[in-house]
Amino acid sequence: MNTTRPLQYSRRSRWIFWTSVLLLCAWVLLPIYLLVVNTLSSPEAVTQFPKRFVPEMDLTSLEFFASFSGITKAMVNSILVASVTMVLSILIGAPAGYALSRFDFRGKETFRVLILMTRAFPLPLLALPLAVMFIRSGLDDSIFGLALVHTMLAMPFAILITFSLFSGIPIELEEAAWTLGCSRFQAFRKVVLPLILPGIAASAIFAFVISWNEVFAAAVLTIEHRTLPAFLLQSLDVSPMHLKFAGGFVLVLPALIFIFMVRKYLFAMWGIANR
Amino acid sequence: MEAKKLPYLLLLPAALFLALFFVYPFLLVAWQAFSNEAGFTLEHFETMLSHWKFPTAFWNTIWLALAVVPIQLAMALFMATLVSRMGKGRDIVLYIWTIPLGISDLAAGIIWLAIFEQSGFLNSMLYGLGIVEQPVMFLGYQSLWVIFIAIMLAEIWRATAIMLVILVAGMGLIPKEYAEAAEVFGASRWQTFRRVTLPLLRPSLQTALILRVILALEVFAVVAALSGTSFPVLMGETYRYQFDLQDGSVAAAIAMVILAVSVVFTLFLLRVLRVPKGAQI
Repeated sequence: MNTTRPLQYSRRSRWIFWTSVLLLCAWVLLPIYLLVVNTLSSPEAVTQFPKRFVPEMDLTSLEFFASFSGITKAMVNSILVASVTMVLSILIGAPAGYALSRFDFRGKETFRVLILMTRAFPLPLLALPLAVMFIRSGLDDSIFGLALVHTMLAMPFAILITFSLFSGIPIELEEAAWTLGCSRFQAFRKVVLPLILPGIAASAIFAFVISWNEVFAAAVLTIEHRTLPAFLLQSLDVSPMHLKFAGGFVLVLPALIFIFMVRKYLFAMWGIANR
Repeated sequence: MEAKKLPYLLLLPAALFLALFFVYPFLLVAWQAFSNEAGFTLEHFETMLSHWKFPTAFWNTIWLALAVVPIQLAMALFMATLVSRMGKGRDIVLYIWTIPLGISDLAAGIIWLAIFEQSGFLNSMLYGLGIVEQPVMFLGYQSLWVIFIAIMLAEIWRATAIMLVILVAGMGLIPKEYAEAAEVFGASRWQTFRRVTLPLLRPSLQTALILRVILALEVFAVVAALSGTSFPVLMGETYRYQFDLQDGSVAAAIAMVILAVSVVFTLFLLRVLRVPKGAQI
């Protein structure tokens, strides 16, 4: 093995290595920090110039945001839509993921291609025809209607992640349970389900985040029942700066926590997408 | 008998859902774009083309995608390489780098607005350093190129993480022995990267690029937050026709344009980065 080269370069290249890593970390974190500074400053400080780079720890901007008419309702709507999306995409996606990982059957490839194809399409555009469809079926401007569109965005991910999760559990475990007298369903419930529950939770959280963040379809499909992103988007040109920043902060916060919770599964999820 | 039916039963909800909310709506939107009461027509496309904003929005979208995606690709490759050499601290660095994955485009737009607005952090910094005497108006329609750069930065900041995740996952699939063998034969790190890692990474590169280009063509809320209406893009025009002008058919026509551009880019990437059969890991 070549041992001399790493030694020769090690100090300088280690220095470059860690500087690059730290700079890239700063590149990601600094803008978020600046948003936090704005959020935790009073409305006067937000519009003041020049600006301080440390937060005042003043909550009036957030209080103003919380008391702004329609915000509470929009947040409740966001949570409701995201929750329905989460449940629907797991209920529909997980069985499909299980079928893809456990069975060989005709049409399997076609189905897989269809799932992958959903990613090669600009999905938010679905909101346009669905707006027409929903008016006909009375689903327009409803929580459930929007949740259906968001499920369409989240379900392909749910299928792919559950597929990779189920593939990671040897079928022998299930077979052992069958020979011990379990039915197919019992074996699934008692053996497989406990093993993949954390992964299922991760993909549910991911579905939640997709719906929580989605702007275009939400803005096109809702009027009275606007979600938080739709509300913020539609009041962009009329709302004062501190309202925008507080809104942005409230949008970002849950996403940060959720990504932290699912970080282990991010790579499993995308690794499978390569094959 | 039962075991034969079971997979289809399990797939049924997903298949029905896809048919109802993916295949059918796309047929519907295509029909809406190409038809009026009388039947087939191209009038919606003519309306679309007759508006001065359309060519601007079209080229803005394309140029933005062409400017953003290559930089993101280079950054994601660099970051993935750094991660692959990391022992201690890998998890925390990866978490930090993937944070933007959870941040919506609207929030990203607002975050960069905090930096570029007139009393924002960039102006404050330039003023503090004595470079400007008074705050500069960065995001006005007089300086479209600054808006372009601001949108670019916001997009690069927000959406590089998705490519990073795909590439890190892809690099994890490449057996370590290949790089070791290259080193034994005296290849430099750069040569190893160029001749071993990159070719083996092709499937991941393909996925990452297709996904990212399509998302780039859908750029919408970042632009809305940073520029209002002074920098038209295709998705914003779709929204304007659908929501403000209540003309669903022209919105559908623009949707067809976005779809067509997406398909062209996808086919191009599939062709350029195709993986020869038998060369897969």
